[in-house]
Amino acid sequence: MIKGESRSHPGAPASGSTRHNPIPRKPAKSWWKRWGEETFTAYLFLLPSFLVFAVFTFFPVIFSLVICFYRWNLPHQPVYIGLDNFKWLFTDPIDAPAFRQSVFNSFYYALGGIPLNMAISLLLALFLNRQLRGVELFRTAYFLPTITSTVAVSVVWMWIYHPADYGLLNSLLLKLGLSPQSWLRDPHLAMPALIAMGIWKGMGYNVIIFLAGLQNIPSRLYEAAEIDGAGGWTKFWKITWPLLGPTTFYIMVISVINSLKAFAQMHVMTQGGPLGRTTTIVYYLYQQAFETFRMGKASAVAAVLFALLLVLTFIQFKVVGSRVHYD
Amino acid sequence: MTSRVELRSATRPRLLRRPREAAFAIFWYVFLSCAAIVVMMPYIWMISTSLKGTEEIFTYPPTWIPREWHFHNYVDAWNAAPFGRYFFNSLFVAVIVTAGQLITCSLAAYAFARMEFKGKNVAFTLFLSTTMISAQVTLIPSYLLLKELGWLDTYMALMVPFLASAFGIFMLRQAFMTIPQDLEDAAKMDGCGRLRFLVQVILPLTKPMLASQALFAFMGNWNSYLWPLIVTTSKHLRTLQVGLRYFVGQEGGTQWGVFMAATVFVSVPVVLFYFLVQKSFVEGIALTGIRG
Repeated sequence: MIKGESRSHPGAPASGSTRHNPIPRKPAKSWWKRWGEETFTAYLFLLPSFLVFAVFTFFPVIFSLVICFYRWNLPHQPVYIGLDNFKWLFTDPIDAPAFRQSVFNSFYYALGGIPLNMAISLLLALFLNRQLRGVELFRTAYFLPTITSTVAVSVVWMWIYHPADYGLLNSLLLKLGLSPQSWLRDPHLAMPALIAMGIWKGMGYNVIIFLAGLQNIPSRLYEAAEIDGAGGWTKFWKITWPLLGPTTFYIMVISVINSLKAFAQMHVMTQGGPLGRTTTIVYYLYQQAFETFRMGKASAVAAVLFALLLVLTFIQFKVVGSRVHYD
Repeated sequence: MTSRVELRSATRPRLLRRPREAAFAIFWYVFLSCAAIVVMMPYIWMISTSLKGTEEIFTYPPTWIPREWHFHNYVDAWNAAPFGRYFFNSLFVAVIVTAGQLITCSLAAYAFARMEFKGKNVAFTLFLSTTMISAQVTLIPSYLLLKELGWLDTYMALMVPFLASAFGIFMLRQAFMTIPQDLEDAAKMDGCGRLRFLVQVILPLTKPMLASQALFAFMGNWNSYLWPLIVTTSKHLRTLQVGLRYFVGQEGGTQWGVFMAATVFVSVPVVLFYFLVQKSFVEGIALTGIRG
């Protein structure tokens, strides 16, 4: 790669010696010199990235569309079975309900925390959008959970959610005169518990994006509103909220996308339980592919996930486009 | 909300002249401090538990400050599993991936930012399309591919698929486009080749962007879990995240002091690293919307 490039510029290392000579300008450069060289070098520069994308993104996408139509239970050889994997996914008396539940769980996880998450993030961003001393310190504190690994965070929250009286959350409940809960083992509480942790972990990221959005709102709008005698509440609803709309929508979509991809917290904290209440699509895919090694069926699940993510990502790209509008 | 305009238009809000502003500032600090305490609570609880003896861990009501300090939990945790090896694996993989990404991304970014060639738009769209495809979707075919290549349970499986990044290319492309063309023309006059110009002029001039790209790559790789979980099976290839999960999983979930000690030394390096470079990290996120 590097060798190929320097070969096409034999004069490069000798730049010192040619410095004082006028550059010989040939009026008619060959086609290769004018376009061929640049195109060739450009593709040479793209090649390393392209190779990785080709082998580990483009090929797998196509390959997974093929696997969907095979029964491929490792270590056996694949057998073509047409659409049976999808039929199984949607009509099988045992597996279809499990798959449906995983889709439901994924959306429960993705949508359950969003309103609260956005409300808290926006409130914190509004508070942080001020030139007072210590803003950066607070911003750092709120952002810490986002950069801590999900596995580490999950282990800590397993301990916070510990079902005994000495579990941190239960001990707080007891102090308030409420009865302790077995958070991660209760079918009704396991998912809300994961959602609560997700809010704590994802908030810092949303605060940063909201802050960037807030700082893009021209201050002259607030000054004009001030002259017209608008109060803080009016200014928020008439200026901040509408102009923040694209940012809000962007955060919403990206939160759903990231939640649909969540896996580590389920794997560490609940293993998809209790009673499959935290088995999300990705977790279900993982079980099919890497616990029972049914690659064909798992690929059918992946295809459904792919379609869901594609729609959301498409929306997200549209929103990113409209976000620029206010810059 | 009311004081926003005043604060912005004032030259410097150093002296809070009016009582209303002072009252607001107090409220501001109290609110943000309360929120910060709530956010930091799990970390404090983690460190507190990591220093407690077994007896104190299992007593109600729980204590925030340990009565007896058991630093031995850290030694026990470190010796209970090959954490030294896990550290090495995570660091090794993350460093190679970060360095590799910087090389492939700057080459591709240079081509997209500063060169004219046939098929540029097609290539750009093709590269852009990879951001629409998440790793969860290509998990199975990638796994089967690595199996065919005989790369399962090797460092290759942990590193090679991540040696390119579309996000990195776009971030660097934005930065590279800001370098004036005159500079490149002048360098060309002096006989400077493209690669030399990239390495000796562009890269030094776009250091902040390279740093934040390096950070994203490093953090993303360091914290990744699903991929290393499925492509490695032997203990000596586990990364820190996978190792921590197995460590906590296998013990039957009772030794919380030791678990928390292990969690501290898994999470603290990244936190310290973040403190060192947080400014460019946060700016990068605000700019691009990428999550680390």
